[in-house]
Amino acid sequence: MSPIVEVEAVRKRFGTAVVLEGVSFQIRAGSVVAIIGRSGSGKSTALRCINRLETIDEGRIRVCGQDVTSPQLDVNRLHRDVGIVFQSYNLFPHLTAEENVTLAPRLVLRLPRAAQRALAERVLAQVGLAEKAQSYPSQLSGGQQQRVAIARSLAMTPKLMLFDEITSALDPELTGEVLKVIEGLARNGMSMILVTHEMGFARKVADHVIFMHSGKVWEEGPAAVLDAPKTDELRQFLGNGL
Amino acid sequence: MTGLTNAQLLFMLRGFGWTIALSLLAFAGGGLLGFALALARVYAPRPVRAMAMLYIKLIQGTPLLILLFLTYFGLPAMGLVVDPLVAVALGLSTYASAYLGEIWRGSLEAVPRAQEEAAACLALSWRQRMVHVILPQAVKIATPPTVGFMVQIVKNTSLASAIGFIELVRAGQMINNATFRPFIVFVLIAALYFALCYPLSAWSRRLEGKFDVAHR
Repeated sequence: MSPIVEVEAVRKRFGTAVVLEGVSFQIRAGSVVAIIGRSGSGKSTALRCINRLETIDEGRIRVCGQDVTSPQLDVNRLHRDVGIVFQSYNLFPHLTAEENVTLAPRLVLRLPRAAQRALAERVLAQVGLAEKAQSYPSQLSGGQQQRVAIARSLAMTPKLMLFDEITSALDPELTGEVLKVIEGLARNGMSMILVTHEMGFARKVADHVIFMHSGKVWEEGPAAVLDAPKTDELRQFLGNGL
Repeated sequence: MTGLTNAQLLFMLRGFGWTIALSLLAFAGGGLLGFALALARVYAPRPVRAMAMLYIKLIQGTPLLILLFLTYFGLPAMGLVVDPLVAVALGLSTYASAYLGEIWRGSLEAVPRAQEEAAACLALSWRQRMVHVILPQAVKIATPPTVGFMVQIVKNTSLASAIGFIELVRAGQMINNATFRPFIVFVLIAALYFALCYPLSAWSRRLEGKFDVAHR
């Protein structure tokens, strides 16, 4: 079975600053991958390149059978297959939780009204917020907003989910409820890439860890690499993080 | 009581009707063009954006009176004969478009960029992102300053009197010339403008308060 994500020798600059310096990795369907590293290591940029939020200067990226780097790419099709959740939730503030969740299924998938209802109920229940369907984002806590954002992505039944430091803006006590949702998704076999600072969580949920350092994949392997770092950089990173 | 005949009062009220009509025309025309300008300023390719900006700077830097002279005297001089009403509506719309365009550009830009990104990541097309995500939020932000600007439009229709268009001020001048009761005539004019503008500004203030609360 071919990998769901193939990143090959990707280079990217912002002006004169090189952010990605020949990054390559592959991700199998159904796996949970954690990308870790310091701020500025290029991990968020790498994630954003996967669903074309950033363009790249060199290299090739294939996601769900689509060539992300091709100029002929149907970006909307890519975005139907790949969901993303952001650090700052980015819920639509003028819509209720249910409306946030059903907006894209209604407009893009043209789901009939009854099916929208059922879908909203199902995905909101999945993140433990069935009773908040009629709440506006401003009436929800950070952790609840982030869970609605996850539900909003799930409603499009993506083949791959990207998580960009989704707990970084949350208090520790709210982090747990969000991570629990991710664990549930992992159990259901969802393919996921998480850019994260939560080392304990990466160790527990990820079956593959990628450590990025100064724009390169410095070290990668099963979660066990976190227990036996081969490079000084990873050792230092883990030392500071814990 | 006013020393004016009913016919004279009626004549002024008809002028007032034209003031309202001109305001609505200016708002409709200026709104249409202003919306296009705002979209161009935020989303169009660079050259179009620059042209929209030049237009706005040019119009904002020109007195409305000159714009009215240009459409009323300038267009016929160029061989384009237009109805006076069309000329005045055109001049006022041009003026309103430059200001509404800027107000609405600011409102569009006040919606966080991340909102559009999030919508794009849900596979919404540009039009869907606009209609369902950006505009509903921008409209909320834009409403108080837009209603506030309507007051300016109403008052500035009075400049149409300078080219002989019989709206409220011009009607009043004519009555004053016939009766020579300047005090009563111009107080009446002021009162009518106030009756139109005060509710608008009160509404604008109320909206500001309301949306502020929603934003906290």
